[in-house]
Amino acid sequence: MADALLEVEGVVTQYGPVIALHGVSFRVDRGQIVTLLGANGAGKTTTLRTISGLLRCTHGHVKLHSDSKELVLSKMSPEQIVKVGVVQSPEGRQVFADLTVDENLEMGAYTRRDRSGIKKDKERVEEYFPVLGQRRGQAAGTLSGGEQQMLSIGRALMARPRLLLMDEPSLGLAPLITREIFDIVQTINREEGITVLLVEQDVSLALQVSHHGYVLTTGTVVLEGSSERLRADESVRRSYLGY
Amino acid sequence: MHFDVQQIINGIAVGSIYGAVALALVLIFRSTGIINFAQGEMATFCTYIGWTFIVADRMPYWIGFTVALAFAFLLGVGIERVVIRPVERAPELAVVIVTLGLFTIFNSLSLGVWQSLPKPFPTPFKGGAIHVGNLFISRPHLGVLISSLVVMALIFAFFRFTKVGLAMRASTLNPTAARLMGVNVDRMLMLGWGLAAAVGGAAGIFTANLILLDPNMMGGVLIYAFAAAVLGGLTSPVGAVVGGLLVGVLESLAGTSSFIGSDLKTPVAFVVIVLVLLIRPAGLFGRTRVSRV
Repeated sequence: MADALLEVEGVVTQYGPVIALHGVSFRVDRGQIVTLLGANGAGKTTTLRTISGLLRCTHGHVKLHSDSKELVLSKMSPEQIVKVGVVQSPEGRQVFADLTVDENLEMGAYTRRDRSGIKKDKERVEEYFPVLGQRRGQAAGTLSGGEQQMLSIGRALMARPRLLLMDEPSLGLAPLITREIFDIVQTINREEGITVLLVEQDVSLALQVSHHGYVLTTGTVVLEGSSERLRADESVRRSYLGY
Repeated sequence: MHFDVQQIINGIAVGSIYGAVALALVLIFRSTGIINFAQGEMATFCTYIGWTFIVADRMPYWIGFTVALAFAFLLGVGIERVVIRPVERAPELAVVIVTLGLFTIFNSLSLGVWQSLPKPFPTPFKGGAIHVGNLFISRPHLGVLISSLVVMALIFAFFRFTKVGLAMRASTLNPTAARLMGVNVDRMLMLGWGLAAAVGGAAGIFTANLILLDPNMMGGVLIYAFAAAVLGGLTSPVGAVVGGLLVGVLESLAGTSSFIGSDLKTPVAFVVIVLVLLIRPAGLFGRTRVSRV
């Protein structure tokens, strides 16, 4: 059995009096691409925001199994969470529109101090996404949606993540571009050994690229399994995934 | 209207002060959405601190100047942390009232500690006017113009070339994304208030170089700085500086023109504000915010 990198246990998250997550539990194994599926409002984005520390859970905890020690992310600030290598490419891309592509990448490396490593990683990101290299001096807001998504992922990679959280990378993109981006994500996962937690509405695509999947409905995990099994199971598909 | 080059020169010098105060206002406005009405009074207070060091303690001018700006910076940081942070999520009107409260507090502090009698503030720019043809500029005016341009250039360089400056710009553009990159956005806001207070403090000292130091010295300056910030577009630092210079020139021309004159020149600032809001609400350099609904 593979070893867990991230463990989410009984997490309850509230927006004021409204409970968004009713005790969510799942795990992400090292080296895998794991996907969280579910309809709008199921709590996928809330889960990622809780892991990143933007939201505080009222019960349960999020743990990261670092090299030798166990870190409790749910007690850490968003800054600390980035520093231990859990980095998010958020929903809607959220690039810094008025900053250049290059400055956006610099921001991704904000927590790092190693100048030469940053420079090398920038070159690597531009290898994965050549278009970012071509648009280096351009304001990020002038990029197309697909290019902004690439920048958002590239920016997250600049932080040297061990766990990359991706929220709806396909949102508003043409299928071909989405395909291209997912290919690159798979390459990054394979070649760099970066573990990925992927939230995605395009269920069939997410199950094609991931190893394992969890299905969320109204704030709880109702189903889990290997992506292969989830994809094959007719009744699962119809009742939970709706395609 | 008689177009007087000499008046334009004088206006640019005074306008550089308006630009600096407008820059301070814009720095805070674009990161927090707050207009800091106390900016001028904080500046006056820091100018008195500088006066205490330079005149009472006989410190060399530029050392006293630097110490006063450092004090202003810490004051700005402290105010953000202690007074503004608790009302950060409160309705905007509440925050406005808080800055008005700060206005009163600092005005009273200056008056209470240093009394209302106007004090001369030493200037390192001494000597007669510099003549070019039949035009001239007084050395204090020239010194103030150059120093405030240097202060503003330093601020721009900080934002453009340093990592912290970049993080501050990013935090302004998208606080959530900045936090996801590991930026402590609260700290950036504190830093922003500190920088704004330091720029304001510099403008206060420059103002005192040109007129006498008294507790209400920055009142008039702040009004013109508002006009400058609105003219430049409240979100644009470059706009604030350009707006400041334009408003300074306009004031100077209005003050000497026969049908406005010095008695009526203060309303000119308000006319500028009203006209800009009517014709081009985003100002010269500001960006209209387009949001998808």
